[in-house]
Amino acid sequence: MANLLGDLVNPDKYQEPINISGFDTNHLMDDLKQMYVIRRVEEIIGDNIVTGVIKCPCHLGIGQEATAVGLSRYLRSSDRVFGGHRSHTHYLGLRGSVYKLFAETLGKLDGCSKGMGGSMHLYDPSIGFGGSVPIVGASVPIATGAALAAKKDNVGDIAVSYLGDSACEEGAVQESFNLASIMKLPIIFVVENNLFASHMHIDLRQPHNSTARFAEAHGIPFKVIDGNNLTDIYEASQEAVKYCRENKGPYFIEAMTYRWRGHVGPREDTDVGVKRKDDLNTWKKRDPIRRLKDSLINKNVLSENDFNEITKLIDKNLVEQWQKALDAPYPPKSLLTEIVYK
Amino acid sequence: MKHTQGTAILAAHKYLLDNYPEVFVFGQGLWSPWYVGSTMTDLDKIYGKDRIIDSPVSEVAVTGAAIGASLYGYKPIVVHPRMDFMILAVDQIVTQAAKWSSMFGGQSHPNITIRGIVNRGGEQGAQHSQSLHSWFAHIPGLRVVMPTTVKDARDLLIASVLCPDPVLFIEDRWLYDEEDELDPVGEPLVLNDQESNILIEGSDLTIVANSFSCLQAKRVIEQLERENYSIELIDLRILNPLKYDKLVNSVKKTGRLLSIDGGWTTCGVAGEIIAGITERIDPSSLKTRPVRLTLTDAPAPTSKPLENEYYLSEEKIINTIKDMLN
Repeated sequence: MANLLGDLVNPDKYQEPINISGFDTNHLMDDLKQMYVIRRVEEIIGDNIVTGVIKCPCHLGIGQEATAVGLSRYLRSSDRVFGGHRSHTHYLGLRGSVYKLFAETLGKLDGCSKGMGGSMHLYDPSIGFGGSVPIVGASVPIATGAALAAKKDNVGDIAVSYLGDSACEEGAVQESFNLASIMKLPIIFVVENNLFASHMHIDLRQPHNSTARFAEAHGIPFKVIDGNNLTDIYEASQEAVKYCRENKGPYFIEAMTYRWRGHVGPREDTDVGVKRKDDLNTWKKRDPIRRLKDSLINKNVLSENDFNEITKLIDKNLVEQWQKALDAPYPPKSLLTEIVYK
Repeated sequence: MKHTQGTAILAAHKYLLDNYPEVFVFGQGLWSPWYVGSTMTDLDKIYGKDRIIDSPVSEVAVTGAAIGASLYGYKPIVVHPRMDFMILAVDQIVTQAAKWSSMFGGQSHPNITIRGIVNRGGEQGAQHSQSLHSWFAHIPGLRVVMPTTVKDARDLLIASVLCPDPVLFIEDRWLYDEEDELDPVGEPLVLNDQESNILIEGSDLTIVANSFSCLQAKRVIEQLERENYSIELIDLRILNPLKYDKLVNSVKKTGRLLSIDGGWTTCGVAGEIIAGITERIDPSSLKTRPVRLTLTDAPAPTSKPLENEYYLSEEKIINTIKDMLN
């Protein structure tokens, strides 16, 4: 049980290009672009925190782009996806509007939560994103209830609960695993294990570094995967989504990954009280974007030149979206009291 | 039809389950509902175990899951057989449900009703008898409802479940055996339109009370009528959001305010009522200083003589009224 992660925790491993044989190249290309979009969006947000334009706390997902992009490919807009404090990737993985995310981080009315939530409270039902909240583990019971509603509806919709390794230390999460299992609810628990809770390494917080042991304890089928390998994520997601849509009960995916920035804000090589520069540089070699890109180049699906052209276009578009968000209006003062109750 | 408050709450469940397929009930002890008096009798047998869901001992997950289901078209009723157990779920109630509408720009609303049941006395001690309505009434976004009458127990529960916002519906088991004759359920009340209710009209003193303390006040006033006291009794009913018009008009008329509450003193509803009314009236319209009567500021004891000291007695209410009027 202690060894479920194996070499996945060793950053010297899993640096090579990934296996893309047999996967649809259109999907791979599309998802490569989206992973790049997420990274650039996060970088733009980070830069604007440094300059003081963005004030709200932002927890950046750079390095963790692959999981949500891979899983979202198998979801539909009537599914119910919930996240936590680090959920830009989950929202953008579902192809949430970049403009609305930018506007939300600026507290603007055009934001996905009308500027009332900021980075930590994202919402967009049109893509199946039911909400993200920054109280660690708090959206897990709510996602579990969304799965209960889906089970009652009986049309094959499912819930997805994104959480981190530290959320597994919360009672609310353990209760939810148990409830979902005993009630056979169609929910995928996706633990993005990035080894850190703020500044605390998992070895200082838990007796074992794999959270999949909680799935085992609650009788939930699980997969432990390289969370920086898009096609591994595809395979696990496909199986998990099928299992849930067929109403067999919950499924658990532990995706091993690493965040490149600090717990909150744009700083890279240090975190609150922790220096991890050497580790980080090694982990960066497990870059999910670079590994996918290299795989596509090796198979002659893509050239460096193509990639540069693609990213140039994306960069240009993102700059425009950011500028538009800067120009957007703030919410009217009346919104403060108008939406406390329906 | 003759009802107790317990059977009135049961009737509200039946009305909701009969007429609204999106209503379900979720909580501990629902398949063996001895915890909750007569308020749940046989519901699982009538409506099935898919709609009357007995749960693991997981207050947080159950409350959170009800919130989650409510975001997708359902109207769950969560039952916490003791309010003390519900405290484990405060994050879900206060930090999730009550904030949900505001923090997502008014685009999503948790339509849940949480029954928090107070079961005081009976030597149950500090951890089975807390009345924490004042805590929860502090929270914007959380409606707090406390019925006193048999009719309100039924009709306000129906209104709570049909209200699109999160509602904490607080019952006091000491009211469960109260009896009244009820007509069949009519057009459901709109919770947002509800406010306090004048139960007894009078001219010399205004008593504002809620739930069991309101029943105590009613009994006291009925006794004092024989002695020609004219006291107005207002049943608060809705603790949050609080509407003051009726309360203010009554105190303007009587010039005296006694605020009674079955919770503790400090930062409690009784004090809030005094503050809210007095800041809305001219000080000269008061004939005497306002008074509050509450529980003793101590954890509930188990020992019987100490319980008698801890809980508010009708004798104490009578003495206070006489002090204020003489």
